[in-house]
Amino acid sequence: MSVIYIVMPIAFVLAAIAVIAFVWAAKQGQFDDLDTPSLRVVTDEDQRPAAGGKGIGVD
Amino acid sequence: MARGAEFAGLGGGGAADVAETLCDHCGLPVPRGLINAGATHQFCCHGCGAAYEIIHACDLGRYYALRDATEARASKGTGSKYAEFDDPTFHSLYVRSLPGGLESIELFVEGVHCAACVWLVERLPRVVPGVIEARLELRRAMVRLTWDPTRVRLSRVARDLDRLGYPPHAARERNQREARRREDRASLIRIGIAGACAGNVMLLALALYAGLFDGMEPEYLSLFRWTSMAISGISVLWPGRVFLRGAIASLRARAIRLDVPISLGLVAGLAWSVVSTVRGVGEVYFDSLSVLVFALLVGRWVQQRQQRWASDSLEMLYSLTPSRARVWEMGATREVPIEAVALDQIVLVRSGESFPVDGEVVRGESAMDQSLLTGEPLPVRITAGNAVAAGAVNVGGEVLVRVLATGEQTRVGRLMRLVEDATQQRAPIVKLADRIAGRFVVAMIALAVVTVAIWWPTGPERAIEHAAALLIVACPCALGLATPLAVSVAIGRAARRGMLLKGGEPIQALDRPGIILLDKTGTITEGRMRLLEWHGDASIGALVAVIEHASAHPVARAIVEGLGGGVSAEASEVAFTPSGGTGRVDGKRIAVGSAAFVRASARSELPWVRQVECDAVGAGHTPVLVALDGTVVGVAIVGDAIRAEASEAIGRLRAGGWRVGVLSGDHPRAVEVIGKRLGFDGALTFGGCDPEAKLRVVREHMRSGPVVMVGDGVNDAAALAAATVGIAVHGGAEASMAAADVYLGSPGLLPVLELIGASRQTMRVIRRNLGFSLFYNVLAAALAIAGVLNPLIAAILMPISSLTVLASSVRVRTFGGHSCL
Repeated sequence: MSVIYIVMPIAFVLAAIAVIAFVWAAKQGQFDDLDTPSLRVVTDEDQRPAAGGKGIGVD
Repeated sequence: MARGAEFAGLGGGGAADVAETLCDHCGLPVPRGLINAGATHQFCCHGCGAAYEIIHACDLGRYYALRDATEARASKGTGSKYAEFDDPTFHSLYVRSLPGGLESIELFVEGVHCAACVWLVERLPRVVPGVIEARLELRRAMVRLTWDPTRVRLSRVARDLDRLGYPPHAARERNQREARRREDRASLIRIGIAGACAGNVMLLALALYAGLFDGMEPEYLSLFRWTSMAISGISVLWPGRVFLRGAIASLRARAIRLDVPISLGLVAGLAWSVVSTVRGVGEVYFDSLSVLVFALLVGRWVQQRQQRWASDSLEMLYSLTPSRARVWEMGATREVPIEAVALDQIVLVRSGESFPVDGEVVRGESAMDQSLLTGEPLPVRITAGNAVAAGAVNVGGEVLVRVLATGEQTRVGRLMRLVEDATQQRAPIVKLADRIAGRFVVAMIALAVVTVAIWWPTGPERAIEHAAALLIVACPCALGLATPLAVSVAIGRAARRGMLLKGGEPIQALDRPGIILLDKTGTITEGRMRLLEWHGDASIGALVAVIEHASAHPVARAIVEGLGGGVSAEASEVAFTPSGGTGRVDGKRIAVGSAAFVRASARSELPWVRQVECDAVGAGHTPVLVALDGTVVGVAIVGDAIRAEASEAIGRLRAGGWRVGVLSGDHPRAVEVIGKRLGFDGALTFGGCDPEAKLRVVREHMRSGPVVMVGDGVNDAAALAAATVGIAVHGGAEASMAAADVYLGSPGLLPVLELIGASRQTMRVIRRNLGFSLFYNVLAAALAIAGVLNPLIAAILMPISSLTVLASSVRVRTFGGHSCL
């Protein structure tokens, strides 16, 4: 059972990574708009022009 | 205006008249006078034709396939040049420079509703070369544009958006928006952390519960307990801090809110569990505590999102007030942002534009449509020396106006201020859950004291343990979820039915009948001029329509729509003044217009004319006289027709116990006539009200109880904001939608009935939810007092109560079909 002393810290590290990733995503504004993307996905049949690159989350 | 929802469109008149020609862009019926027999495509207005052309020229025809079949919206391109969007002042205020020479701006766009709008707006890079990206946030109608200033000017982009039927406005109040966005993100992060903590503590708790039955080595038992303590300590003290803070604040304000019993449970539970862990004996409730924090944060987030919507739309008001003006200097004009206009400057206002400032006409003659401001449907004549108001529309010729007030000093600016004040001053409706909270705290403490008293003889330790258990399980978790869940389900369903609710308050307020005040124009009536009757020879009517074709006056449009299409004759020598027009068709001289205008040039008239004219005035309509070669031979009666369903709807409201009244800016006599016809409460019939008077009437009646206000114009905005519930109806001004609590996407009064019916149903669900959650709390409290409650039972009981509430909220069918009033 002493394996728990190794497994538990690993589990917490993994959980912490997930939480940090979530916090990062939220701060990037990934969850700011929850309505439009669901509409966008059904209509995104064509390639959007690649020029310019990053437009989201400029702030 | 509809963010996040598709709209049940203008169901109205179309179905009855199968032979109607429909506009190829917006699907609305094309007025008879505008049908172009030779063309393959028919449009109801110039704007629709232009939008259709662009969409097809850019190979974006899929738009018509994507949008909802029921969606109908005329493209009302304003035709403005948007030159102020290139002005340096504007640039420094709103535009943000990006690395790589690109620029970005956030624009508020009118008229975005559905998936097709998102699709079309985001194809802007294809329509306008030089635009790099357009991202639309449907919920807030905000588009973020990124463009290359070396390849395209912002004014060009704005013009194209306008021509597609989405007039853009600069989004003001950027700092506030940023602050709010940060706050939203912070609460989402809190949920994430609380969720992760809850999940991990539950895993540990599972091991601990397994140990209850199979036994567990003390070493691991204490390891698991200490780890649980660390994690749920984080949960309660970091994300859960909002409840503790809220409780302290509400205690300071001496108003018990739901935060108080929640904090009581959290603190008592955490304290007892920590003591047990440190001492190594006794029960721990870490799993229940961290799940509690998580579930409550989710409930709070749902609620916050509903309220956010309301404040977002208020800020939209400022984006809608006129933003540009054409300054006239030494015979030349230039467009400037409204911020740059100074007093005593001269501005030029073209036909069809709104006045950007309050001022005085110095040259030109025209008519001004102030229906937006006053509700008066007929344009008034303006000439040199007359005052004009910002926000009113110039429907005649070009005029020059000397600036007397700008921005917040204008009448419309003051109106916006009024709306804002009314919103802030309105006493919030006390939430049902908060009303219960006070009694809840008393009950919790009393029961805890009883528990201690019962168990004291068996030793203080056991007494405190049972009391702590009681405080944890009595923590009103399901109670905190009961209202937000039911309300957000109702809001979602309502949005699908074309009704936008900006929060749960309207639902609570519409539960019990009170006073309901209706605006006349556009609410009880159809809100536009229509030819009601034509007295005279049909062939003469057709000639009149030919003359009236040349005028943009609403009365003339109504006559063209009603009488036009019969003759393909050409009119000559057409001349218009604001009170009428003259011209020659088929060799006959025709004069059409107000009684005074026509009689001034007529020598004789048919005997029945005067009687018909008197009857029309008596009924509150507008008679238009027609003279043929100097003899008055016809009367067209034009008026704003009462909606077909108005009488039935008002009857049903009355049957439901509501006191129905009318509150209108129209002439008191016209209001009285309609009031009598529909049988309104005499004491609740108000005519001739300016916006301030409407606000006063609403405030006055709110002293005696809740007041529901239904309206559609800017002139109603302040009253809508002040009323217990403000309902803006379809087709109204954007400002009224921003000020109201509810926006109805389909016209007429029937949606109001449906809204009231569904609100009552939703309140029944909320009460049922509260009943369920109280039942579980009472059950758990009884177990705790009996001393048979252990952490395992608590861990099972609490989620079950929350799940019951969830199931009960989702299952109910509100806003389904018919109203149940």
